[in-house]
Amino acid sequence: MTKEECKQVVLDIIADIAPDEDLTNIKPDVRLRDQMELDSMDFLDIVMELRKQHGIEVPEADYPQLASLDSCAEYLTPKFIALGK
Amino acid sequence: MRLCVFALKLRSVFHPLNTSTHYDVAIIGAGMSGLAAGIRLAHFGKKVCIFERHNAVGGLNGFYSLGGRKYDVGLHAMTNFVRPGVKGTPLTKLLRQLRIDRDEFALCEQKQSRVAFGPNGETSLRFTNDFAVFESEVARQFPAQIDGFRALVQVIRTHDEVALDTGYQSAREIVRRHLSDPLLEDMIFCPVMYYGSANEHDMDFSQFVIMFKALFFEGFARPFDGVRVILRVLVDKYRQAGGERRMKCGVARIVAQNGRAATLVLDDGTEVTADHVISSAGAAETQRLIESPITHPQSQITTGHPVGRLSYAETITVLDRQPAALGWGDDTIIFFNDSERFTYARSETQVDTRSGVICFPNNFDYGPDRQLAEGWFRCTCLASHALWADLPEEQYRADKAARYAEIQRSARRFLPPVDDATLTAATVATDMFTPRTITKFTGHLGGAIYGSPQKIRDGRTALSNLYLCGTDQGFLGITGAMLSGISMANLHVLAAK
Repeated sequence: MTKEECKQVVLDIIADIAPDEDLTNIKPDVRLRDQMELDSMDFLDIVMELRKQHGIEVPEADYPQLASLDSCAEYLTPKFIALGK
Repeated sequence: MRLCVFALKLRSVFHPLNTSTHYDVAIIGAGMSGLAAGIRLAHFGKKVCIFERHNAVGGLNGFYSLGGRKYDVGLHAMTNFVRPGVKGTPLTKLLRQLRIDRDEFALCEQKQSRVAFGPNGETSLRFTNDFAVFESEVARQFPAQIDGFRALVQVIRTHDEVALDTGYQSAREIVRRHLSDPLLEDMIFCPVMYYGSANEHDMDFSQFVIMFKALFFEGFARPFDGVRVILRVLVDKYRQAGGERRMKCGVARIVAQNGRAATLVLDDGTEVTADHVISSAGAAETQRLIESPITHPQSQITTGHPVGRLSYAETITVLDRQPAALGWGDDTIIFFNDSERFTYARSETQVDTRSGVICFPNNFDYGPDRQLAEGWFRCTCLASHALWADLPEEQYRADKAARYAEIQRSARRFLPPVDDATLTAATVATDMFTPRTITKFTGHLGGAIYGSPQKIRDGRTALSNLYLCGTDQGFLGITGAMLSGISMANLHVLAAK
C-alpha cells in the first residue's frame, strides 16, 4: 500500500462516518479537525473502523498520529504493509 | 417432565437463532436508548442481545393499535431538529454515530408553537424552528427583559451541558440572575420542564440547557407516520448490524457476584451471562433487579435511589377533519398555564389541569399535497400516580372518562372557541393514558415520566460491569435518549481500556 492509497482508506472511512461532510478539498497537511466538524466520538469511530475493516489497532496513546491525512499516512502505511496489504 | 420437553421444543422452534447464553453485551429494554446502544455495539462486532419485556419496541416512545388506528404513546414531536448542513448538534451526532441517513427519518418541521399563560392565554410567546422568532416575541412582550434574556441565551449557548461530571446547579437561580419578571421565567420553564424535567419546581442547569437548546435553538419535527418511522429505522439498523433481540422476555433478576453482574435471569427462568450489561430500566428499577446470593432478596427491595415523582395523563381525540378546519389554527404545540405562577410538581389530584401541553400532530409541514388522514388533538397534564394506580378496573374507567372531559375543557380555554356540539360531532375516537399506562409501557416505578430526579451521568452502578442508559443517565428527549445509549456504549464498552 502506498501513502496515497492509505489516505484514501482514511477518507473512505470519514465519508462513511460523516456523510454530511464535503471531502473534495481536504488538505492533507492540515488537521482534519480544523477542516471539518469531527469530535472525539468521530475519532473513536475512525479508530474502530480501522480495526473492523482492516484489522489495524491504534492504541489510545497514538491517537494524535491521526490528526491530519499526512500524519495518518505516515503512521498507518507501515501497519498496512506489515499486514501484507 | 413431558411438559418440560415440549416447552424446550417450542422454544427451539420459536427462537431457532437464540440458542446462545453468553453475550459480549446484554441490554435491558428496547426503547430508544437500548436500541441505539445495541446498534453501536453490534456495528463494531460485539455479540449483543436486547431483552424487552413487551412485544413492541419503543418504551415510553412507542405506539399501539386500537380500533384499526395507530396511536403514538409519548412522542408529540421529535426535538433537536436542525436543517441539513447544521453541524455539531445532537441530531447530527446521533445520525453519524448510528450511520443513519437523515432522509431515513423523513422529518417534517413544525409550523409554529406557542407558550400561552393567563386564565385564557392572554400572554403568548410564539416560537418556530427559527430562534429569531422566539427572541422577537420576548422583545415584544417583555421589552424590559430582552437584554437579560439575550445575556441568558449567551450563557446557555456556551454551557457544556453534556459534560459527564458536572454537579447540580439550580436552573431557576441562574435564570433569575438574568430575568426579573417571574412571568417570563415561568413561560420559559413551562415547555422545558414538560418536555424533560424529572425534578419538581426547579431543575439542574445542564438539564435545562439540554432542553432549552432542543426546543428553542433547534426545534420540533415529526415523521409523517410518527414515532414508528424512527423505531423502524433503529430496529432495521440493529438487525442489519447483527444484533439479537428477545421480545416478551424481560430480565427478572440480575444475580450479583464479586461486585459484578454475573447472571441475568429472564422472565421465563432462562439464564444468560454477559461481559457487560447496559440497563435502560431506570436507576431504582435496575437496583431492584439486583440480587446478591449472600443477602436475602427482600433486603434489596429498599433502594437508595430516589424514584421520580412526576407523572402525566394524556387525552387523545381523533377528529373527522383537520384541526384547522375546526377553527383551531395552525399551531403545532401549545404549552399553557392558567395560574399566576406555573407549578411543576406532583399533582395532588388525579390530574392537575392548571397547566398542560396541547399537540396537533396534523400541524407539521408535510408538504403541499400531504396531510394526516384524520385530525388529532392531544392534551397532556400532570397527574398523580398514587391516585390512579390501585383503582379497581371499573372505577379506573369511570375516572378516566371524567378526567378526560376535565383535561379537554381546560385545554380548550387556550384555543379559539369551538362549541361542544361541533366538537362532539367531529370526534370519531378517543383514548387516554394515565400514570398507570406509563408504568405499563416503561416499567418506571411511580409512573415517573422522566425517571428519577437524580441522574447518573456516567451511568455507573454498584456493579462494575452494569451501566445505566436512557432516562436516568440524563440526556433528555428522544434524541437525548438515543445519544445516551450511544454514549454509554462508547464509554463503557467500545472505548473501555
